[in-house]
Amino acid sequence: MEVLKIDHLSKFFGGVKAVQDFNLSLEEGRIEAIIGPNGAGKTTIFNLITGIYPSTEGEIFMNGDSISGLETYKIMSKGIARTFQNIRLFSENSVIDNVATAFHQHASYSVFEGIIPSFRRYREEKRIYADSMELLDIVDLADRAHENSKNLPYGHQRRLEIARALALKPTLLLLDEPAAGMNPEESQQLMHLIKDIRDRFNLTILLIEHHMEVVMGLSDYIVVIDFGKTISKGTPEEVQSDPLVIEAYLGVGGE
Amino acid sequence: MSIYAQGIIFLISINLISVLGLSLLTGFTGYFNFGQAGFMAIGAYVSGMLAKFLNVPIPISVICGMLAGGLISIPIGLPTLKLKGDYFAIATLGFSEAVRLVNENLEGFTGGARGIPGIPSIRNPIPVVFIALLCYFFIRYYVVSRHGRNCIAIREDEIAAQSIAINTFRYKMISFFINGLLAGLAGALLGHYVGFIQPSMFGIPKSTEMIIMVIFGGMHSVTGALFSAILLTTLPELLRAAAVWRLVVYGGLVILIMVLRPQGLVGSWELQLPFLNKFWDWINVRFNKKLREVS
Repeated sequence: MEVLKIDHLSKFFGGVKAVQDFNLSLEEGRIEAIIGPNGAGKTTIFNLITGIYPSTEGEIFMNGDSISGLETYKIMSKGIARTFQNIRLFSENSVIDNVATAFHQHASYSVFEGIIPSFRRYREEKRIYADSMELLDIVDLADRAHENSKNLPYGHQRRLEIARALALKPTLLLLDEPAAGMNPEESQQLMHLIKDIRDRFNLTILLIEHHMEVVMGLSDYIVVIDFGKTISKGTPEEVQSDPLVIEAYLGVGGE
Repeated sequence: MSIYAQGIIFLISINLISVLGLSLLTGFTGYFNFGQAGFMAIGAYVSGMLAKFLNVPIPISVICGMLAGGLISIPIGLPTLKLKGDYFAIATLGFSEAVRLVNENLEGFTGGARGIPGIPSIRNPIPVVFIALLCYFFIRYYVVSRHGRNCIAIREDEIAAQSIAINTFRYKMISFFINGLLAGLAGALLGHYVGFIQPSMFGIPKSTEMIIMVIFGGMHSVTGALFSAILLTTLPELLRAAAVWRLVVYGGLVILIMVLRPQGLVGSWELQLPFLNKFWDWINVRFNKKLREVS
Protein backbone atom coordinates (compact mmCIF):
# COMPACT_ATOMS: atom_id res chain seq x y z
CA MET A 1 0.00 0.00 0.00
CA GLU A 2 1.10 3.52 -0.71
CA VAL A 3 1.88 5.40 2.51
CA LEU A 4 3.00 8.68 1.01
CA LYS A 5 2.30 10.02 -2.44
CA ILE A 6 3.61 13.32 -3.69
CA ASP A 7 2.13 14.67 -6.90
CA HIS A 8 3.81 17.40 -8.97
CA LEU A 9 5.01 19.28 -5.90
CA SER A 10 6.55 22.73 -6.48
CA LYS A 11 7.68 25.50 -4.19
CA PHE A 12 8.84 28.92 -5.36
CA PHE A 13 10.29 31.50 -2.99
CA GLY A 14 9.78 34.59 -5.12
CA GLY A 15 11.90 33.86 -8.18
CA VAL A 16 13.79 30.99 -6.58
CA LYS A 17 12.45 27.63 -7.67
CA ALA A 18 13.34 25.61 -4.58
CA VAL A 19 11.39 22.52 -5.63
CA GLN A 20 10.05 21.82 -9.13
CA ASP A 21 7.63 19.11 -10.12
CA PHE A 22 8.70 16.62 -7.46
CA ASN A 23 6.98 13.23 -7.51
CA LEU A 24 7.26 10.39 -5.07
CA SER A 25 5.33 7.26 -4.29
CA LEU A 26 6.39 5.54 -1.11
CA GLU A 27 5.25 1.97 -0.46
CA GLU A 28 4.70 0.65 3.02
CA GLY A 29 7.77 -0.73 4.79
CA ARG A 30 10.31 0.75 2.38
CA ILE A 31 13.25 2.99 3.10
CA GLU A 32 13.76 5.61 0.43
CA ALA A 33 16.25 8.44 0.28
CA ILE A 34 16.36 11.88 -1.24
CA ILE A 35 19.90 12.96 -2.01
CA GLY A 36 21.46 15.91 -3.76
CA PRO A 37 24.06 18.64 -3.29
CA ASN A 38 23.65 21.31 -0.62
CA GLY A 39 20.82 23.71 -1.40
CA ALA A 40 19.14 21.28 -3.77
CA GLY A 41 15.81 21.59 -1.96
CA LYS A 42 15.77 18.38 0.07
CA THR A 43 14.84 19.89 3.40
CA THR A 44 12.30 22.11 1.65
CA ILE A 45 10.54 18.93 0.52
CA PHE A 46 10.34 17.77 4.15
CA ASN A 47 9.04 21.17 5.20
CA LEU A 48 6.39 20.97 2.48
CA ILE A 49 5.32 17.48 3.54
CA THR A 50 5.01 18.57 7.16
CA GLY A 51 3.18 21.77 6.30
CA ILE A 52 5.78 24.20 7.63
CA TYR A 53 5.64 25.90 4.22
CA PRO A 54 2.57 25.91 2.00
CA SER A 55 3.32 24.43 -1.41
CA THR A 56 3.03 26.55 -4.55
CA GLU A 57 1.70 23.69 -6.64
CA GLY A 58 0.98 20.02 -6.30
CA GLU A 59 -0.60 17.79 -3.75
CA ILE A 60 0.56 15.42 -1.02
CA PHE A 61 -1.36 12.31 0.09
CA MET A 62 -0.90 10.33 3.29
CA ASN A 63 -2.54 6.90 3.14
CA GLY A 64 -4.69 8.19 0.30
CA ASP A 65 -5.92 11.36 2.09
CA SER A 66 -4.76 14.74 0.91
CA ILE A 67 -2.74 16.55 3.60
CA SER A 68 -1.94 19.64 1.53
CA GLY A 69 -2.88 22.88 3.21
CA LEU A 70 -3.34 21.36 6.66
CA GLU A 71 -1.63 22.88 9.66
CA THR A 72 1.59 21.17 10.79
CA TYR A 73 0.19 19.71 14.00
CA LYS A 74 -2.71 18.12 12.11
CA ILE A 75 -0.39 16.56 9.54
CA MET A 76 1.84 15.22 12.30
CA SER A 77 -1.14 13.66 14.06
CA LYS A 78 -1.89 11.58 10.95
CA GLY A 79 1.05 9.28 11.55
CA ILE A 80 4.01 11.30 10.26
CA ALA A 81 7.00 12.05 12.47
CA ARG A 82 10.22 13.82 11.63
CA THR A 83 13.66 14.79 12.84
CA PHE A 84 15.52 17.96 11.98
CA GLN A 85 18.77 18.64 10.19
CA ASN A 86 19.69 21.36 12.72
CA ILE A 87 18.70 19.49 15.87
CA ARG A 88 15.60 20.92 17.53
CA LEU A 89 15.31 19.36 20.94
CA PHE A 90 13.52 20.89 23.91
CA SER A 91 16.93 21.66 25.24
CA GLU A 92 16.07 22.80 28.76
CA ASN A 93 14.21 19.55 29.37
CA SER A 94 15.62 16.29 30.59
CA VAL A 95 16.18 13.56 28.02
CA ILE A 96 13.16 11.56 29.15
CA ASP A 97 10.90 14.63 29.22
CA ASN A 98 11.72 15.26 25.56
CA VAL A 99 10.27 11.86 24.72
CA ALA A 100 7.43 12.06 27.26
CA THR A 101 6.30 15.38 25.74
CA ALA A 102 5.87 13.71 22.36
CA PHE A 103 3.56 11.09 23.90
CA HIS A 104 0.96 13.76 24.64
CA GLN A 105 -1.50 12.61 22.00
CA HIS A 106 -1.53 9.09 23.42
CA ALA A 107 -2.86 10.31 26.74
CA SER A 108 -6.40 11.54 27.11
CA TYR A 109 -6.70 13.32 30.43
CA SER A 110 -8.19 16.80 30.17
CA VAL A 111 -6.82 20.27 30.87
CA PHE A 112 -8.87 20.30 34.05
CA GLU A 113 -7.08 17.14 35.17
CA GLY A 114 -3.91 19.11 34.49
CA ILE A 115 -4.50 21.17 37.63
CA ILE A 116 -6.06 18.59 39.93
CA PRO A 117 -5.06 14.97 40.59
CA SER A 118 -7.06 12.17 38.99
CA PHE A 119 -6.77 8.40 38.70
CA ARG A 120 -6.75 8.60 34.94
CA ARG A 121 -3.91 11.13 34.91
CA TYR A 122 -1.87 9.00 37.30
CA ARG A 123 -2.34 5.94 35.13
CA GLU A 124 -1.55 7.64 31.87
CA GLU A 125 1.49 9.48 33.23
CA LYS A 126 2.91 6.22 34.58
CA ARG A 127 2.43 4.64 31.17
CA ILE A 128 3.95 7.62 29.32
CA TYR A 129 7.13 7.49 31.39
CA ALA A 130 7.37 3.70 31.13
CA ASP A 131 6.96 3.87 27.35
CA SER A 132 9.46 6.76 27.12
CA MET A 133 12.02 4.71 28.99
CA GLU A 134 11.42 1.84 26.59
CA LEU A 135 12.08 4.10 23.58
CA LEU A 136 15.22 5.49 25.23
CA ASP A 137 16.36 1.94 25.70
CA ILE A 138 15.94 1.28 21.98
CA VAL A 139 18.07 4.28 21.03
CA ASP A 140 20.53 3.38 23.78
CA LEU A 141 20.06 6.50 25.92
CA ALA A 142 18.30 4.94 28.92
CA ASP A 143 21.26 5.52 31.21
CA ARG A 144 21.20 9.26 30.51
CA ALA A 145 17.43 9.67 30.87
CA HIS A 146 17.57 12.30 33.58
CA GLU A 147 20.35 14.43 32.18
CA ASN A 148 19.61 17.78 30.61
CA SER A 149 19.23 17.11 26.89
CA LYS A 150 21.42 20.06 25.83
CA ASN A 151 24.36 18.41 27.62
CA LEU A 152 24.27 15.33 25.40
CA PRO A 153 26.91 14.90 22.70
CA TYR A 154 25.81 15.57 19.13
CA GLY A 155 25.31 11.97 18.04
CA HIS A 156 23.23 11.24 21.15
CA GLN A 157 21.06 14.28 20.46
CA ARG A 158 20.30 12.91 17.01
CA ARG A 159 19.28 9.58 18.47
CA LEU A 160 17.14 11.38 21.04
CA GLU A 161 15.34 13.16 18.21
CA ILE A 162 14.59 9.78 16.66
CA ALA A 163 13.23 8.53 19.99
CA ARG A 164 11.07 11.63 20.29
CA ALA A 165 9.73 11.08 16.77
CA LEU A 166 8.94 7.43 17.58
CA ALA A 167 6.86 8.57 20.55
CA LEU A 168 4.28 9.83 18.07
CA LYS A 169 3.78 6.18 17.04
CA PRO A 170 4.13 7.12 13.38
CA THR A 171 3.70 5.02 10.29
CA LEU A 172 5.96 7.30 8.25
CA LEU A 173 9.25 8.61 9.60
CA LEU A 174 11.09 11.49 7.92
CA LEU A 175 14.77 11.60 8.84
CA ASP A 176 16.64 14.77 7.89
CA GLU A 177 20.36 13.97 7.77
CA PRO A 178 20.37 11.61 10.74
CA ALA A 179 24.06 10.82 10.33
CA ALA A 180 25.29 14.41 10.00
CA GLY A 181 28.30 14.99 12.21
CA MET A 182 28.72 11.31 13.06
CA ASN A 183 31.93 9.36 12.72
CA PRO A 184 31.96 6.12 10.64
CA GLU A 185 31.42 3.93 13.69
CA GLU A 186 28.47 6.00 14.87
CA SER A 187 26.90 5.98 11.42
CA GLN A 188 27.21 2.19 11.32
CA GLN A 189 25.31 2.01 14.60
CA LEU A 190 22.77 4.45 13.23
CA MET A 191 22.15 2.23 10.21
CA HIS A 192 21.46 -0.71 12.47
CA LEU A 193 19.18 1.44 14.60
CA ILE A 194 17.17 2.64 11.59
CA LYS A 195 16.71 -0.90 10.26
CA ASP A 196 15.85 -2.09 13.74
CA ILE A 197 13.12 0.51 14.34
CA ARG A 198 11.74 -0.02 10.84
CA ASP A 199 11.18 -3.71 11.57
CA ARG A 200 10.07 -3.23 15.15
CA PHE A 201 7.49 -0.50 14.49
CA ASN A 202 6.55 -1.35 10.88
CA LEU A 203 7.78 2.02 9.71
CA THR A 204 8.09 3.47 6.28
CA ILE A 205 11.10 5.76 6.16
CA LEU A 206 12.01 8.69 3.95
CA LEU A 207 15.49 9.95 4.53
CA ILE A 208 17.75 12.80 3.50
CA GLU A 209 21.42 12.04 3.88
CA HIS A 210 24.86 13.05 2.68
CA HIS A 211 26.79 10.04 4.00
CA MET A 212 26.77 7.87 0.87
CA GLU A 213 27.61 4.78 2.85
CA VAL A 214 24.45 5.25 4.93
CA VAL A 215 22.29 6.08 1.91
CA MET A 216 23.50 3.14 -0.18
CA GLY A 217 23.38 0.74 2.75
CA LEU A 218 19.85 1.59 3.83
CA SER A 219 17.79 2.68 0.87
CA ASP A 220 15.63 0.54 -1.36
CA TYR A 221 15.18 3.45 -3.73
CA ILE A 222 16.85 6.83 -4.21
CA VAL A 223 15.70 10.11 -5.71
CA VAL A 224 18.42 12.57 -6.68
CA ILE A 225 17.56 16.25 -6.93
CA ASP A 226 19.60 19.26 -7.94
CA PHE A 227 18.41 22.87 -7.99
CA GLY A 228 14.92 21.66 -7.13
CA LYS A 229 14.68 19.32 -10.12
CA THR A 230 14.63 15.55 -9.99
CA ILE A 231 17.62 14.48 -12.07
CA SER A 232 17.64 10.76 -11.40
CA LYS A 233 15.85 8.00 -9.54
CA GLY A 234 16.28 4.29 -9.06
CA THR A 235 17.95 1.65 -6.95
CA PRO A 236 21.28 2.57 -5.30
CA GLU A 237 23.21 0.81 -8.09
CA GLU A 238 21.32 2.59 -10.88
CA VAL A 239 21.77 6.00 -9.29
CA GLN A 240 25.46 5.50 -8.59
CA SER A 241 26.21 4.88 -12.22
CA ASP A 242 24.01 7.67 -13.61
CA PRO A 243 26.27 10.23 -15.37
CA LEU A 244 23.87 13.08 -14.46
CA VAL A 245 24.29 12.31 -10.76
CA ILE A 246 28.06 12.23 -11.03
CA GLU A 247 27.93 15.55 -12.84
CA ALA A 248 25.73 17.13 -10.15
CA TYR A 249 28.03 16.02 -7.38
CA LEU A 250 31.41 16.46 -9.00
CA GLY A 251 30.73 18.98 -11.77
CA VAL A 252 31.35 18.67 -15.50
CA GLY A 253 34.78 18.49 -17.02
CA GLY A 254 35.80 15.49 -14.93
CA GLU A 255 36.81 12.28 -16.52
CA MET B 1 -1.11 40.11 64.14
CA SER B 2 -0.85 43.81 63.44
CA ILE B 3 -2.85 45.37 60.66
CA TYR B 4 0.47 46.24 59.01
CA ALA B 5 1.70 42.63 58.96
CA GLN B 6 -1.71 41.49 57.72
CA GLY B 7 -1.46 44.00 54.91
CA ILE B 8 1.89 42.63 53.80
CA ILE B 9 0.50 39.09 53.83
CA PHE B 10 -2.43 40.29 51.73
CA LEU B 11 -0.11 41.88 49.20
CA ILE B 12 2.19 38.85 49.03
CA SER B 13 -0.77 36.58 48.33
CA ILE B 14 -2.24 38.91 45.72
CA ASN B 15 1.09 39.36 43.96
CA LEU B 16 1.69 35.62 44.09
CA ILE B 17 -1.60 34.87 42.34
CA SER B 18 -0.85 37.30 39.55
CA VAL B 19 2.79 36.21 39.21
CA LEU B 20 1.76 32.54 39.00
CA GLY B 21 -0.37 33.27 35.96
CA LEU B 22 2.44 35.23 34.38
CA SER B 23 4.90 32.49 35.23
CA LEU B 24 2.82 29.99 33.27
CA LEU B 25 2.45 32.31 30.29
CA THR B 26 5.90 33.90 30.22
CA GLY B 27 8.13 31.45 32.07
CA PHE B 28 6.68 28.19 30.80
CA THR B 29 4.99 29.02 27.50
CA GLY B 30 7.56 31.65 26.52
CA TYR B 31 5.26 34.54 25.70
CA PHE B 32 6.08 37.84 27.37
CA ASN B 33 3.12 39.77 28.70
CA PHE B 34 3.89 43.39 29.52
CA GLY B 35 0.27 44.22 30.25
CA GLN B 36 -0.52 42.13 33.30
CA ALA B 37 -1.86 45.22 35.09
CA GLY B 38 -4.54 45.62 32.41
CA PHE B 39 -5.95 42.19 33.23
CA MET B 40 -5.76 42.95 36.93
CA ALA B 41 -7.62 46.20 36.31
CA ILE B 42 -10.43 44.35 34.56
CA GLY B 43 -10.78 42.01 37.54
CA ALA B 44 -10.62 44.87 40.05
CA TYR B 45 -13.20 47.05 38.31
CA VAL B 46 -15.65 44.23 37.58
CA SER B 47 -15.48 42.86 41.10
CA GLY B 48 -15.37 46.25 42.83
CA MET B 49 -18.30 47.71 40.90
CA LEU B 50 -20.43 44.59 41.31
CA ALA B 51 -19.85 44.60 45.06
CA LYS B 52 -20.31 48.32 45.52
CA PHE B 53 -23.16 49.22 43.17
CA LEU B 54 -25.09 45.94 42.96
CA ASN B 55 -24.34 44.69 46.49
CA VAL B 56 -23.09 41.37 45.15
CA PRO B 57 -21.47 39.30 47.94
CA ILE B 58 -17.69 39.60 47.82
CA PRO B 59 -16.89 35.93 47.03
CA ILE B 60 -19.21 36.02 44.03
CA SER B 61 -17.97 39.40 42.80
CA VAL B 62 -14.38 38.15 43.06
CA ILE B 63 -15.25 35.10 40.96
CA CYS B 64 -16.88 37.41 38.39
CA GLY B 65 -13.71 39.54 38.35
CA MET B 66 -11.62 36.43 37.80
CA LEU B 67 -13.82 35.23 34.94
CA ALA B 68 -13.75 38.70 33.39
CA GLY B 69 -9.96 38.60 33.37
CA GLY B 70 -10.05 35.20 31.69
CA LEU B 71 -12.73 36.10 29.16
CA ILE B 72 -11.08 39.35 28.05
CA SER B 73 -7.93 37.38 27.23
CA ILE B 74 -9.80 35.42 24.54
CA PRO B 75 -10.42 38.32 22.10
CA ILE B 76 -6.90 39.64 22.83
CA GLY B 77 -5.27 36.25 22.32
CA LEU B 78 -7.10 35.12 19.19
CA PRO B 79 -5.49 37.65 16.83
CA THR B 80 -2.16 38.13 18.66
CA LEU B 81 -1.05 34.65 19.73
CA LYS B 82 -0.59 33.62 16.11
CA LEU B 83 2.11 36.28 15.92
CA LYS B 84 5.66 35.96 17.10
CA GLY B 85 6.33 36.64 20.76
CA ASP B 86 7.54 40.23 20.31
CA TYR B 87 4.34 41.35 18.65
CA PHE B 88 2.33 39.66 21.34
CA ALA B 89 4.28 41.55 24.03
CA ILE B 90 3.54 44.87 22.31
CA ALA B 91 -0.14 43.95 21.95
CA THR B 92 -0.48 43.21 25.67
CA LEU B 93 1.23 46.50 26.50
CA GLY B 94 -1.21 48.31 24.23
CA PHE B 95 -4.13 46.48 25.78
CA SER B 96 -3.25 47.46 29.33
CA GLU B 97 -2.77 51.10 28.35
CA ALA B 98 -6.12 51.02 26.57
CA VAL B 99 -7.79 49.65 29.69
CA ARG B 100 -6.20 52.38 31.80
CA LEU B 101 -7.29 55.14 29.42
CA VAL B 102 -10.84 53.82 29.18
CA ASN B 103 -11.07 53.71 32.96
CA GLU B 104 -9.71 57.26 33.18
CA ASN B 105 -12.10 58.68 30.61
CA LEU B 106 -15.38 56.91 31.30
CA GLU B 107 -16.02 59.26 34.24
CA GLY B 108 -19.71 58.54 34.59
CA PHE B 109 -19.10 54.82 34.76
CA THR B 110 -15.73 54.18 36.39
CA GLY B 111 -15.28 57.44 38.25
CA GLY B 112 -12.49 58.54 35.95
CA ALA B 113 -9.03 59.28 37.28
CA ARG B 114 -10.33 59.65 40.84
CA GLY B 115 -11.43 56.04 40.80
CA ILE B 116 -14.07 54.31 42.91
CA PRO B 117 -13.91 54.72 46.68
CA GLY B 118 -15.78 52.70 49.27
CA ILE B 119 -15.45 49.22 47.82
CA PRO B 120 -16.56 46.60 50.37
CA SER B 121 -13.31 45.31 51.78
CA ILE B 122 -11.95 42.00 52.99
CA ARG B 123 -10.45 42.15 56.48
CA ASN B 124 -9.30 38.58 56.97
CA PRO B 125 -6.15 37.57 55.06
CA ILE B 126 -6.49 33.83 55.73
CA PRO B 127 -8.87 32.98 52.83
CA VAL B 128 -6.68 35.00 50.48
CA VAL B 129 -3.54 33.15 51.59
CA PHE B 130 -5.43 29.90 51.14
CA ILE B 131 -6.50 30.84 47.61
CA ALA B 132 -2.94 31.86 46.71
CA LEU B 133 -1.50 28.57 47.94
CA LEU B 134 -4.20 26.67 46.05
CA CYS B 135 -3.25 28.55 42.87
CA TYR B 136 0.40 27.71 43.52
CA PHE B 137 -0.52 24.03 43.77
CA PHE B 138 -2.64 24.16 40.60
CA ILE B 139 0.07 25.76 38.47
CA ARG B 140 2.83 23.64 40.00
CA TYR B 141 0.81 20.54 39.14
CA TYR B 142 -0.18 21.82 35.70
CA VAL B 143 3.36 22.35 34.45
CA VAL B 144 4.24 18.69 35.04
CA SER B 145 1.14 17.44 33.23
CA ARG B 146 1.08 16.57 29.53
CA HIS B 147 -0.46 19.99 28.94
CA GLY B 148 2.31 21.71 30.87
CA ARG B 149 4.96 19.77 28.96
CA ASN B 150 3.35 20.98 25.74
CA CYS B 151 3.68 24.58 26.98
CA ILE B 152 7.37 24.05 27.73
CA ALA B 153 7.83 22.51 24.28
CA ILE B 154 6.38 25.69 22.74
CA ARG B 155 8.79 27.81 24.76
CA GLU B 156 11.79 25.70 23.80
CA ASP B 157 11.09 25.35 20.08
CA GLU B 158 7.76 26.13 18.51
CA ILE B 159 8.47 24.33 15.22
CA ALA B 160 9.59 21.20 17.01
CA ALA B 161 6.48 21.44 19.18
CA GLN B 162 4.26 21.54 16.10
CA SER B 163 6.17 18.66 14.59
CA ILE B 164 5.22 16.42 17.50
CA ALA B 165 1.58 17.24 16.77
CA ILE B 166 1.06 19.89 19.43
CA ASN B 167 -1.65 22.40 18.56
CA THR B 168 0.58 25.26 19.67
CA PHE B 169 -2.06 27.96 19.24
CA ARG B 170 -4.48 26.10 21.48
CA TYR B 171 -1.92 25.69 24.25
CA LYS B 172 -0.88 29.33 24.02
CA MET B 173 -4.54 30.30 24.34
CA ILE B 174 -4.97 28.05 27.38
CA SER B 175 -1.93 29.57 29.08
CA PHE B 176 -3.13 33.06 28.25
CA PHE B 177 -6.61 32.26 29.53
CA ILE B 178 -5.32 30.85 32.81
CA ASN B 179 -3.07 33.90 33.15
CA GLY B 180 -6.11 36.12 32.57
CA LEU B 181 -8.10 34.26 35.24
CA LEU B 182 -5.35 34.59 37.80
CA ALA B 183 -4.67 38.26 36.97
CA GLY B 184 -8.39 39.00 37.23
CA LEU B 185 -8.52 37.20 40.57
CA ALA B 186 -5.49 39.08 41.87
CA GLY B 187 -6.89 42.42 40.71
CA ALA B 188 -10.28 41.75 42.29
CA LEU B 189 -8.68 40.83 45.61
CA LEU B 190 -6.47 43.90 45.46
CA GLY B 191 -9.50 46.15 45.02
CA HIS B 192 -11.28 44.58 47.96
CA TYR B 193 -8.18 44.76 50.11
CA VAL B 194 -7.39 48.43 49.44
CA GLY B 195 -11.07 49.44 49.49
CA PHE B 196 -10.80 51.72 46.51
CA ILE B 197 -9.53 51.48 42.97
CA GLN B 198 -8.20 54.02 40.50
CA PRO B 199 -6.67 53.67 37.04
CA SER B 200 -3.15 54.68 38.13
CA MET B 201 -2.93 51.58 40.35
CA PHE B 202 -2.86 49.49 37.17
CA GLY B 203 -0.33 51.27 35.00
CA ILE B 204 2.90 50.18 33.39
CA PRO B 205 4.79 50.16 36.73
CA LYS B 206 2.46 47.42 38.01
CA SER B 207 2.98 45.30 34.88
CA THR B 208 6.72 45.79 35.16
CA GLU B 209 6.66 44.78 38.81
CA MET B 210 4.92 41.53 37.85
CA ILE B 211 7.40 40.74 35.06
CA ILE B 212 10.32 41.51 37.39
CA MET B 213 8.92 39.08 39.94
CA VAL B 214 8.69 36.29 37.35
CA ILE B 215 12.24 36.82 36.09
CA PHE B 216 13.68 37.44 39.56
CA GLY B 217 12.37 34.19 40.99
CA GLY B 218 13.41 32.06 38.04
CA MET B 219 11.51 31.92 34.77
CA HIS B 220 11.46 28.14 34.68
CA SER B 221 10.17 27.57 38.17
CA VAL B 222 6.77 27.93 39.78
CA THR B 223 8.42 27.91 43.18
CA GLY B 224 10.52 30.86 42.03
CA ALA B 225 7.29 32.84 41.69
CA LEU B 226 6.45 31.96 45.29
CA PHE B 227 9.84 33.11 46.57
CA SER B 228 9.99 36.29 44.57
CA ALA B 229 6.42 37.26 45.51
CA ILE B 230 7.40 36.98 49.16
CA LEU B 231 10.80 38.68 48.82
CA LEU B 232 9.96 41.47 46.42
CA THR B 233 6.76 42.37 48.24
CA THR B 234 8.48 42.58 51.64
CA LEU B 235 11.66 44.20 50.36
CA PRO B 236 10.21 47.72 49.79
CA GLU B 237 8.74 47.55 53.28
CA LEU B 238 12.08 46.62 54.80
CA LEU B 239 13.66 49.47 52.86
CA ARG B 240 11.32 52.09 54.30
CA ALA B 241 14.25 53.35 56.36
CA ALA B 242 15.94 54.41 53.11
CA ALA B 243 13.04 56.84 52.51
CA VAL B 244 13.28 58.48 49.08
CA TRP B 245 16.08 56.13 48.03
CA ARG B 246 13.83 53.14 48.54
CA LEU B 247 13.06 52.41 44.92
CA VAL B 248 16.63 53.08 43.87
CA VAL B 249 17.87 50.49 46.33
CA TYR B 250 15.10 48.13 45.21
CA GLY B 251 16.08 48.51 41.55
CA GLY B 252 19.75 48.12 42.41
CA LEU B 253 19.13 44.89 44.28
CA VAL B 254 17.08 43.49 41.41
CA ILE B 255 19.87 44.33 38.95
CA LEU B 256 22.43 42.78 41.28
CA ILE B 257 20.52 39.49 41.44
CA MET B 258 20.07 39.45 37.68
CA VAL B 259 23.80 39.93 37.12
CA LEU B 260 24.80 37.33 39.69
CA ARG B 261 22.07 34.80 38.89
CA PRO B 262 20.71 35.36 35.37
CA GLN B 263 18.62 32.19 35.63
CA GLY B 264 16.76 33.75 38.58
CA LEU B 265 16.79 33.12 42.29
CA VAL B 266 16.03 29.39 42.17
CA GLY B 267 16.76 28.61 38.51
CA SER B 268 14.54 25.70 37.53
CA TRP B 269 14.43 24.18 41.01
CA GLU B 270 10.99 23.23 42.29
CA LEU B 271 9.71 22.56 45.76
CA GLN B 272 9.09 18.81 46.08
CA LEU B 273 6.71 17.31 48.60
CA PRO B 274 7.75 13.61 48.66
CA PHE B 275 5.22 12.64 51.35
CA LEU B 276 2.40 14.01 49.20
CA ASN B 277 3.62 12.01 46.19
CA LYS B 278 3.99 8.87 48.28
CA PHE B 279 0.52 9.35 49.70
CA TRP B 280 -0.87 9.74 46.17
CA ASP B 281 1.06 6.64 45.02
CA TRP B 282 -0.42 4.68 47.91
CA ILE B 283 -3.97 5.79 47.13
CA ASN B 284 -3.53 4.84 43.48
CA VAL B 285 -2.05 1.41 44.17
CA ARG B 286 -4.91 0.80 46.55
CA PHE B 287 -7.91 2.25 44.75
CA ASN B 288 -7.01 2.92 41.10
CA LYS B 289 -8.57 -0.23 39.70
CA LYS B 290 -7.56 0.26 36.07
CA LEU B 291 -3.93 0.84 37.04
CA ARG B 292 -3.31 -2.91 37.24
CA GLU B 293 -4.43 -3.40 33.66
CA VAL B 294 -1.77 -0.93 32.50
CA SER B 295 1.23 -2.28 34.36
